[in-house]
Amino acid sequence: MSDAANGQVRGAPLLLSLPAILLFAGLLAVPLALTLMLSFHVFDGMRGIQPTLTLKHYLEVFTDGYYYELFLRTAWMSLCVTAICVVIGVPETLIISRMRPAWRGTFFVVILGPLLVSVVVRTLGWEILFGRKGPINDVLVSLHLVDGPFRLMFSMTGIIIVLVHVLLPFMIIAMWGAVQKLDKQVAHAARSLGASSEKVFFRITLPQLMPGLLSGAIVVFTLSASAFATPAIIGGRRVKVVTTAIYDEFLNSMNWPMGAAIAVLLLIGIVCVVVGSNRLVERRFKQVFS
Amino acid sequence: MSERTVGRNGPIALVFHALVTAFILAPLVIVILVSFSDKRYISLPFDGVTLHWYREILNASDLLNGFWLSIRLGLAAATIATAITIPAALAIARYRFVGRDSLAAFLMSPLMIPHVVLGIAFLRFFSIVGWTGSLGALMLVHAIIISPFSLRMILSSVIGLERDAEHAARSLGASRWMAFRRILLPLILPGVMAGWVLAFIQSFDDVTMTIFVATPGTTTLPVALYNRVAFLSDPVTTSVSTVMIAGTIVLMFVLDRIVGLDKVLVGKA
Repeated sequence: MSDAANGQVRGAPLLLSLPAILLFAGLLAVPLALTLMLSFHVFDGMRGIQPTLTLKHYLEVFTDGYYYELFLRTAWMSLCVTAICVVIGVPETLIISRMRPAWRGTFFVVILGPLLVSVVVRTLGWEILFGRKGPINDVLVSLHLVDGPFRLMFSMTGIIIVLVHVLLPFMIIAMWGAVQKLDKQVAHAARSLGASSEKVFFRITLPQLMPGLLSGAIVVFTLSASAFATPAIIGGRRVKVVTTAIYDEFLNSMNWPMGAAIAVLLLIGIVCVVVGSNRLVERRFKQVFS
Repeated sequence: MSERTVGRNGPIALVFHALVTAFILAPLVIVILVSFSDKRYISLPFDGVTLHWYREILNASDLLNGFWLSIRLGLAAATIATAITIPAALAIARYRFVGRDSLAAFLMSPLMIPHVVLGIAFLRFFSIVGWTGSLGALMLVHAIIISPFSLRMILSSVIGLERDAEHAARSLGASRWMAFRRILLPLILPGVMAGWVLAFIQSFDDVTMTIFVATPGTTTLPVALYNRVAFLSDPVTTSVSTVMIAGTIVLMFVLDRIVGLDKVLVGKA
């Protein structure tokens, strides 16, 4: 390997990354470009994809109530999942960080380990829990909280619960770095000067955790909006989100250009959220720290 | 937060923690429990315990074929991903060049692009070039979507590495390749191996992208399981899931032995 001391080899970085660049350009950039082009093609129910171009599919998404609501529903779902993950993930990360090292290691694995288990397996577990005669309904009925079986399958509430389960580890991972950097001395100082523990949390601890919290929230939001297996299994035919609608367009109604247009808008939406919130975070924290 | 003092967990915090842990473990525990049920349909509670549904796996050809396909796919894709990300990680970690940040962003981009979008992009591409149903093509696109995981693990082991031994080897006349093979590679091997295992798991678990390009001949285990879970529910799904959970636990032990599980899960050195 070359370096400054041995004399840089010209073009070495290009040469080293060439295999990856070729594979990514040929099998990632080209297919994505083809999908963008596909979204502008006319689709004919009888003859399939036509060579003529149109903006029809995009106009349809913005004018047809079905597609319009699809995006709103997905955004609302992602917001709910993100909010719940923040509310559970922030205190949980703090609690784990305060444990003795042995317990900390154990619960780290217990809470983050499920990330490595297939989403289909985790969703199947919830499908069983949500069943009409499943354990959750048993408890709710025996406590007289609900009269009949309470329906979580094929409901937005059910999807949100499972997505929180699937995505909570990402929130905790993002928070972990911020918690490690937490300056405990400041909190101690505030306590000894007579601040209440609530005040210490909201005025001292939380502001220090904001960068981790926000990056975790972005990750959870984008992964909620792009989740497929969970809304497909839990939502079934009743509750459609953007990803399951794309699947329908491609594999049921076979209207590929329409599906491609929805997919392009989903990708644009996600890139906007990521770039936009990164800008916001940078601007905010520049003000705070400089 | 209810702590009286800073830095200690109070009773409310511990109850909260217990509830979160129960929430995280509940669906996995329930799948494992139901897999031993002697009922012919998925239900709780059950009376007798049986291994019947584990024997039934052997009769479920879609799941068995899917399992072997996923294994072959994961082995090939993780190996391709590791092979292309080692040199790319060296370029990104050790050189300053125009477009370095763009290259890193490009190679990490599969993490940001929704897998549904990747799935339809590959579906469209395969149908144009005639690769539909090709296992080789599936291996290549799996390599792309899992590369970010391998790249991140390798990068974290290259960055901050002492280069004295390499300099010494080079000045004593070792070729660049020799210095890489005998000095650098052994040093970054734990990161490379952990990256490989993590990439394998990601390939083995992927359902969202693969479901779009899977054909009857290239149906992976998660896709076969998804089809069963979404359209009919029989207890075989729970016994297969339990086997998958057990496999994941074994791989977690392997990862823990190689680099430490916390490093893999948090993704930072």
